[in-house]
Amino acid sequence: MSTGFKASHAGVTIRLDAGEVSILVSLVSQILGLVEPGATGDDPIERALGIGASATPPSDPVLARLFPAAYADDEASGEFRRYTEATLREGKRADATMVLETVEPGELELTFEQAQAWLRAINDVRLALGVRLEVTEEVHEEIAAMSEEDPRYPAYVTYDWLTYLQDTLVRALW
Amino acid sequence: MGGTAPAEVERPLSDVRPDLPWLTIVWNDPVNLMSYVTYVFQSVFGYPRVKAEKLMMDVHHKGKAVVASGTREEMERDVQILHSYGLWATVQRDS
Repeated sequence: MSTGFKASHAGVTIRLDAGEVSILVSLVSQILGLVEPGATGDDPIERALGIGASATPPSDPVLARLFPAAYADDEASGEFRRYTEATLREGKRADATMVLETVEPGELELTFEQAQAWLRAINDVRLALGVRLEVTEEVHEEIAAMSEEDPRYPAYVTYDWLTYLQDTLVRALW
Repeated sequence: MGGTAPAEVERPLSDVRPDLPWLTIVWNDPVNLMSYVTYVFQSVFGYPRVKAEKLMMDVHHKGKAVVASGTREEMERDVQILHSYGLWATVQRDS
């Protein structure tokens, strides 16, 4: 396991081995596959402004978590979604793409801007895994108590590693 | 609110009170890290670390916290940015 992110002169650095890179590439690619480009309506002006065609929340629970309702009221929430979701989707896709373009085995240096994209992209992966694994705030204790034979064990260990990466990245940026 | 309006002028009953502030609320969730949430409050709102940490602790212990107030448009912009960071944020009218 890597030692996490460290602050550097230009931004942050991390040392990743080939296995860690392949885990990151696989998970971030899944986010890119799940978060399709925002679908806008046929109206060219709406398309230019990034106004989406759909006001309904995504049925996939991971997408529903990545693009949550902004209002308790369904109608206000739908309007907000129509005006923002396409842009939010583009942002998450850009963050994921940035990780895929910069990740490589060995010593890696990221600029502040690249590190910001990594921060959001790693968090998106953690949110997605968190929904799929139904994690609670006691996840760290659950992993510690979990048998290595447990079929959920590898996924939980990956989640725990991403948590570690995320936390060291925040601290390197502070 | 600003204290320049004369107190004796009463608002008409039909007043929709356009100056009533709207709020940005952040809700607790089991995934977002305490360090990350603090960092996001600092970066998005420019809050000093102590204030960002206090808001994060409110979210953590009370389940939610008001992190900003202003016009509806401003709050919607804040919520959109918070969603880009993966925080669970909503807009509501101050009551």
